[in-house]
Amino acid sequence: MIDFGFKINPSSTLDLDKADLTLYNKLVRMEPEARMCMACGSCSATCMSAEYSGMSVRKVLLALQRGKDVSMMLSNCMLCGKCTMVCPRGINTRHLILSLCRIYDKEGLK
Amino acid sequence: MKENVVIIGGGVAGLEAARQLLSLGYMPIVVERKKSLGGHVAQWNRLFPDMTPTKDLMERLIADTAQANIFTETGIRFINRLKDGYNVMLTNGVNIYSKAVLIATGFGLFDARKKEEYGYGVYDHVITNADLEQWFNGKEDNRIPESPQSIGFVHCVGSRDVKSCNSQCSKVCCMTAVKQAIELKEKFPQAEIYCFYMDLRLFGKKYEDFYISAQKDYGIHFIRGRVSEVSERLEGRLQVKSEDTLSGKPLKVGIDLLVLMSGMVARDENSEIASMLRIQTDSDGFLKSRDNIYSIIESERPGIFFAGACTGTKTVPETVAEARAAALEIHNYLSR
Repeated sequence: MIDFGFKINPSSTLDLDKADLTLYNKLVRMEPEARMCMACGSCSATCMSAEYSGMSVRKVLLALQRGKDVSMMLSNCMLCGKCTMVCPRGINTRHLILSLCRIYDKEGLK
Repeated sequence: MKENVVIIGGGVAGLEAARQLLSLGYMPIVVERKKSLGGHVAQWNRLFPDMTPTKDLMERLIADTAQANIFTETGIRFINRLKDGYNVMLTNGVNIYSKAVLIATGFGLFDARKKEEYGYGVYDHVITNADLEQWFNGKEDNRIPESPQSIGFVHCVGSRDVKSCNSQCSKVCCMTAVKQAIELKEKFPQAEIYCFYMDLRLFGKKYEDFYISAQKDYGIHFIRGRVSEVSERLEGRLQVKSEDTLSGKPLKVGIDLLVLMSGMVARDENSEIASMLRIQTDSDGFLKSRDNIYSIIESERPGIFFAGACTGTKTVPETVAEARAAALEIHNYLSR
């Protein structure tokens, strides 16, 4: 094929019908509070790792709800627990991350 | 003889004001255009936040106003200022002299067909919040599938929408959507339910608790993004598109039933009512109060009072409180 120097980017559209929520559903069974996030961003704002790594509990939860892999983000968490202190919904975000790591560990995904 | 007070509109505001005026010793004359009393609220099935059956509220209001003079299927032919009161001529030929007139004409429900991109009246499985309440009331609706796998709620249909000439927030729809989403999840536990919102405005008592419960106990998905378009797929399923603004990416999902949250809007007849009574409409099309803090229930004309959603979008408890305040204000005015 002749290379014209153009390429087509893959669609960035999130297709919820195709989103695989297995991981998210597993997490919700272990941590029902995961559903309570209202995306206020307090966790990300206070995160010690965020400004260097892009770590954000809010983004982790959103990505899971869209069926995305979050192992890269998880590896940036230092489990300091500051996010738990600021969450207005009282979600134990530190424990939530820990549970998520356990799921990844068990599945041999990490 | 008891002194007459004409009340235009037999909804929650008109009936509650009539109830209070009766107990203050007046003879309220309620003029209702429709065949039955109760207005929009009577069409609803249950009311948040206590999930009170609407029937209970209506039965109570109607029983408590049995002594009032009520004309249904009746309109106002004209109103003239006469001495220190008003001469009100009804369409049934009855003529009433009343020193005070209470306007309780309420709101209009936004016609969802105007937002053509959402497909109300175009696609088979698009309904409104009002249609859903009718279905909860037992009315058949073949637009609602037997076992939907996914259900969508579109917030702010005709509200906060300058292009539809309604810049105001309709106030009650966020909470109504949360309530109806929970009710549908109870009926269809297998269905995934998505609420598409711009902001969630859950200001009232227990509203936020409902929201938390919808998320935690019912697993309802809240997606921040206004639905841009609805289309029909080959297999007949609806496709809903919006931006997932939290991800910053476009999003699409297949939907079996779409519920549009039609908002409260100013009545088309408001300018007619205003010119007949020589009062004014406000910039939002609702009737204009003397001010919006201290004198919401007063017009700029002596003897003309307001109660309920004729002056702006209101919840049922707000309307009830205003109706009571208006009855007392009328009593003060007539006792002067």
